[in-house]
Amino acid sequence: MEALPGTHSNRLYLTVWSGLLVLTIAEVILAYMALSVGLMLTLLISFSLLKTALIVAYFMHLRFEKLSLTLTLIPALVICIILMFIFFPDSLRLLELR
Amino acid sequence: MADTVSATRLSAWGGGGSPYAISSNKFGMWLFLVSDTLTFSALVIAYSYVRISTENWPRPFEGSSIFLATVMTFCLLSSSLTMVMAVESAKRAQVKRTVGWLLATISGGLLFIILHTNEWLGLLHEGVTPFGNPWDVPLFGATFFTLTGLHMTHVTGGVIYLGTIAWGFRKGKYSAEDVEISGLYWHFVDLVWMFIFPMVYLLSCTI
Repeated sequence: MEALPGTHSNRLYLTVWSGLLVLTIAEVILAYMALSVGLMLTLLISFSLLKTALIVAYFMHLRFEKLSLTLTLIPALVICIILMFIFFPDSLRLLELR
Repeated sequence: MADTVSATRLSAWGGGGSPYAISSNKFGMWLFLVSDTLTFSALVIAYSYVRISTENWPRPFEGSSIFLATVMTFCLLSSSLTMVMAVESAKRAQVKRTVGWLLATISGGLLFIILHTNEWLGLLHEGVTPFGNPWDVPLFGATFFTLTGLHMTHVTGGVIYLGTIAWGFRKGKYSAEDVEISGLYWHFVDLVWMFIFPMVYLLSCTI
């Protein structure tokens, strides 16, 4: 079974899936803890990024593709998303204006 | 010849006829997903922007809706697992198993749609509509329904897509790679929810 090209063991997928479930439950527990907004946001976003990385790497097989595909798709995407954050200082300014 | 192939595999930028060593179909799906990621990022960031700049942001999600959202997350995560199983079975040319796993994935998606629609109806019943709500913060409805609505559209589209693939794979019309490409789309839909869930639901528990 394992000799077939491009196939992986079910155990790998089950491990990734359990990891994703554990991270989700951790997020829900975290949401009910009395943390500051900054810390909460940082933790939740880090957990979500970790989950994304697991899904993209194993479920979407990006880890098993050529490195050139990852290098083409991911860095440009991350930079574009970061560019969108340029608006955020404005939202805080709006709060000050009220 | 064998040397060139292994050299292409080894170096990241080997080039040649197929620089990414995948079919154009799969690369096309990846490019679509990258552009779709930007669409969803823009919506999540717009939601966060108006949330930060609004003082009395409504938080209509109580314990029960957080629980439901967690169940919905579980549905999507598990449907991703069954999707992976479908792709594996398709690669091993096990047609019946592939269709079975695909149907399991579809039912996960359908369950998500049912639960989410139910939540929407509950909110609409409380007077939270896309254009207004009891707290007089219309931007909440505008951003919330746009974001979750576009995601639900993607899930619905995904269910139809997977149904078509399952039907075509059984008839021998689609290859194992077509199943894999539909899997990429399905995992993406799952992945987007991994951001909507904490940003929209979990961040209204205590903050």
